[in-house]
Amino acid sequence: MLHPAYVELARSRFLTLLAYRENFWTGIAVYIVYIGAYHFLWQAIYEGREALGGLTPAQMTSYLAVAWMARAFYFNHLDREIAAEIRDGRVAIELIRPYNYLAAKLAAALGEGVFRLVFFALPGMAVACALFPVRLPPAQVWPAFFLALFLSYWVNALVNVLTGLAAFFLLDNSGLMHARRVLVDLFSGLYLPLSFYPAWAREVLGFLPFQAIAYLPNLAFAGGLRGGALARALAVQALWIGVLALAAAALWRVAHRRLAVQGG
Amino acid sequence: MAGHLALAAHYLAQHLKARLAYRADLWAGLVSDLASQAASLVFILVVFEHVPALKGWSRDELIFIYGYFLVPFSIFNATSANLWNFAERYVVRGELDRVLTRPLNSLFQVLLETVEVESLLGGLGGVALMAWAGRRLALDVSWADLPLLLALTVGSVLVYNGIFVALASVAFWTDSRSGLIPLVWNLHVYGRYPVEIYDRWLRFLLTWVLPISFTAFYPATYLLDRAAWRSYALATPAVGLAVFALGLLAWNAGLRRYRGAGW
Repeated sequence: MLHPAYVELARSRFLTLLAYRENFWTGIAVYIVYIGAYHFLWQAIYEGREALGGLTPAQMTSYLAVAWMARAFYFNHLDREIAAEIRDGRVAIELIRPYNYLAAKLAAALGEGVFRLVFFALPGMAVACALFPVRLPPAQVWPAFFLALFLSYWVNALVNVLTGLAAFFLLDNSGLMHARRVLVDLFSGLYLPLSFYPAWAREVLGFLPFQAIAYLPNLAFAGGLRGGALARALAVQALWIGVLALAAAALWRVAHRRLAVQGG
Repeated sequence: MAGHLALAAHYLAQHLKARLAYRADLWAGLVSDLASQAASLVFILVVFEHVPALKGWSRDELIFIYGYFLVPFSIFNATSANLWNFAERYVVRGELDRVLTRPLNSLFQVLLETVEVESLLGGLGGVALMAWAGRRLALDVSWADLPLLLALTVGSVLVYNGIFVALASVAFWTDSRSGLIPLVWNLHVYGRYPVEIYDRWLRFLLTWVLPISFTAFYPATYLLDRAAWRSYALATPAVGLAVFALGLLAWNAGLRRYRGAGW
């Protein structure tokens, strides 16, 4: 599976982005703007209350900061890239190349993710810690958190692959892709930890893959997941990666058969 | 002035026709607008399941403010696409040459050459939210309030436009991409919540330096009948005019420097 070609694809995307690393300071600033907005908003919402939705005010600020900076890592435009290649026919060239198209896309996007982690998320987190009362977790939580973060990349990337592949079946899937982005941000727990939702909504969200993108790793970081609960969260993430990967492979196979490339 | 207005109507009609030719795009734009509005609403609804009020503001009041916020925000977003890529499209590629040969205000043309009609339609969601929340709050709105409401909305749009015209004008001095426009654009989230939630410095900044609070919170409080903020609310049109005048100053100063892209 881990063929050197895929490692090379990830590496070359990383190196390409390296040329543009100065552009990322605005990205960091924008995310800080968002963390700030929600930090002030949440402080006003707590207004002296000790806990809401199972989180203390300090935990909430940590949750927010890590939520945005984790998003800087896992966020990508895989769906747009795939849809564009399907729309303009470049996918035909991809098909004659000696690699698995989806695996190649995922590898390149991971290279981008690692780049964003190093030049966006980590410095951004340092800025957030300097500006807001973010509490870093104890040392023993870090390995599990980074594992959860790594898994969240795959869950999000596979959701993106599925919406991107919809371009094979829909004349125009840009509405779907926009809606996907908003839904993921809302239901993954970026703005709002899922513990705030009413019980029935929590029940529904528990059956959806979005919690595995943000809520579980962020909660681990903020100190809301320990021991068995943490292990269970990692298992849920792994389960979703398996389910989504199977779905993506199946959709790809069906799409492949429908593909009619114009011109010769 | 009348000529400009008539032309604006023609521009709009053309954009609408072009949009209707590609209905799928129009729908896609509407869906994404509605989805993000729904997400913001869900946030407010869920949070108020846990707390009765936010610094003395009720759920319906916040929804009303959010509804007001959407109207000037959508109008601005619909006409600001060319401010975002002004440096690239008009200065680097020199399209401003074409604009300047026409006997019509250059800024007016740049703003209206691209209009995202679906974003304007998204503003209707804001009107609906104001109506819904206003009814629940039993707000006392008479027909006499409408001209003032219109003036407040225009003021808010002018605040946005003034700020972003000034930022776009930076391109006359340097064509390197500064990334300032997306950064400032994202500050809009601060405008739609009561300024009481921010600390003193931020409140000062949002009122007097980058008057983002005049794009939503201050003017919306007028109809919510909060005496404490009345003077701020009524100042919105004046603030809008002042900010837009500054934007125009920057624009005109930049135009005088502009030498075209060719030789």
